[in-house]
Amino acid sequence: MTTDKIVAKNLQVAYGPKVIIKTADFAVKQNDIFIIMGGSGSGKSSLLRVLTGLMPPAKGTFWVDGTDYPAADDETKLEIMKKVGILYQSGGLFSSMTLAENVALPLQKYTDYSPATIDELVNLKLALVGLNGYNDYYPAEISGGMKKRAGLARALALDPEIVYFDEPSAGLDPISSTRLDNLMKDINQSLGTTLVVVTHELDSIFAIGTNGIFLDAASKSLTAHGNPHDLLKNPPNETVYNFLTRGKEDEKTA
Amino acid sequence: MATPDFEIKSSVLTVRLGGNLTHVESPAALFQAAQNLETKKISVLTEGLKAWDSTLVSILFELQNISHARKIGFEAKGLPQGLARLLALAQAVPQHVDKVVVEKEPLLDRLGSWGINLFNIFLKGWHFTAENLAALGRFATGKTAARKVDFLFALEDCGPKALGIVSLISFMVGLILAFVGAIQLKTFGAQVYVASLVTIGMIRIMGAIMAGIIMAGRTGASFAATLGTMQVNEEIDALKTMGVPVSEFLVLPRLAALVIAMPILTMLADFMGMLGGAFVGVLLLDIPAVEYWRYSWQAWGLTNFFVGLFHGFVFGFIISLCGCYYGINSGRNADGVGVATTKAVVAGIVWMIIATGFITFCCERLGI
Repeated sequence: MTTDKIVAKNLQVAYGPKVIIKTADFAVKQNDIFIIMGGSGSGKSSLLRVLTGLMPPAKGTFWVDGTDYPAADDETKLEIMKKVGILYQSGGLFSSMTLAENVALPLQKYTDYSPATIDELVNLKLALVGLNGYNDYYPAEISGGMKKRAGLARALALDPEIVYFDEPSAGLDPISSTRLDNLMKDINQSLGTTLVVVTHELDSIFAIGTNGIFLDAASKSLTAHGNPHDLLKNPPNETVYNFLTRGKEDEKTA
Repeated sequence: MATPDFEIKSSVLTVRLGGNLTHVESPAALFQAAQNLETKKISVLTEGLKAWDSTLVSILFELQNISHARKIGFEAKGLPQGLARLLALAQAVPQHVDKVVVEKEPLLDRLGSWGINLFNIFLKGWHFTAENLAALGRFATGKTAARKVDFLFALEDCGPKALGIVSLISFMVGLILAFVGAIQLKTFGAQVYVASLVTIGMIRIMGAIMAGIIMAGRTGASFAATLGTMQVNEEIDALKTMGVPVSEFLVLPRLAALVIAMPILTMLADFMGMLGGAFVGVLLLDIPAVEYWRYSWQAWGLTNFFVGLFHGFVFGFIISLCGCYYGINSGRNADGVGVATTKAVVAGIVWMIIATGFITFCCERLGI
């Protein structure tokens, strides 16, 4: 039985008077790889900021595991965020800490594991993302793709139920990007983690996405909701079709 | 807290996984048994495992690593699909060999390297200074890549926006000077000379030094942080590849702004310091205001005033050059920007003190 992990109702995203998304209603089911797609400036990353609690919604609300997140008190919010991992666009690693220290940080803060257990967990998490043996490296000493994978190791440190990804493929070569996609799928299938991915990379969308929404920059609204493959077969409007086909139809008619 | 059961029989270490195995602490005894030379094989049997998490996976991963290192067999039967997938995923990429640690050089070599580094830093700093002084000349004639708007923004930042803090600190310094002076002068009944003490002290050197220290901490640090962040964001690389001279585009507006602002801020600091002294002298030491003003005016000399202004002018050069130099040469991460900012402030203050010593020595020799 699948249950809803995240439910958004009449969610409006705005920076002061500037509205980015007028209204959005969607549900992310448990074990989904949920893609937030759309063109540049459509509000994908802003929506992610709202969902991760970095900014409040202008209107409406969203529930995480049945809890109204914006209305929750600080303690409840913290408990919810412990179940959430986030991979930022550039990894978000602390430059003054080694990769092992970066991954160990949430474990030291939120668990009472012994140092030996934390070391073993750090070794495992780094190995899971293909960075076995890179414990003593600093972020400045590794490549962009490795930074993202190390960021993912940190995001997975507390065995989160939900992991958010902000443009995971941005700045990666096709091979690294494919590896990261495969890793995300493996994590989703092995741990049953729900993944919410902000991206506009079509290869990634079709390779990993099981559900998703499409944000339209022109109408500032959510114009499609569903599996990306189904959306390609039965596009609800021309914008979605053009996006999912890289505007190839336009080229043919031009 | 549940831990996996294990036993060694006929050189086989059998680990039994069952029940609820979440939040499992590192089992030192199990790892010791795996490391035992008599153990020739590790066998993991899963019977009725109800729940598991990463801690259990990390234990199995560690056992696998031990088996690889010792070149003994490892066998896992009946693992849940997810757990087996994770173990396979963790082992998919072979362990990276440890990073090469550079051996420590002998003391003499290190001393030599330190000396060469120091010389190179001085050389680089000298080139930077010379390049910007030359560019400043071109800036005056309007033949540079510097944008007027950048200059005006920098001037606003280190001029009007700094007035408040410079006024407050200078007022307090004047006040402190007057208090400290009064303690001694009172014993001779000469507290009226507090006015002379504060006036000479502030206008000849203290006004400039206080304004300089404030601006090094405020504006010098801001220059270093801004340019350091530009370095991190590859904006400086973009300028270089576009063929835009970095010194002219980024340093000159800031240098010119601070060189213009500093003498004005020095004058303000002089005035506010004298006001602080007057506050103590007139209100607390009961010196008549007219008397205080007369002694202040007598002590105020044009030479002292211009020496103070010259200090301010030189400090403007030093603070902006240090801020911009360390910003442009900052590391390419958050730490690097922090280090650059610290260095800019420290170097700015140190060079200001060195310059003060040099100017004071020259004034002494020239009888000014």
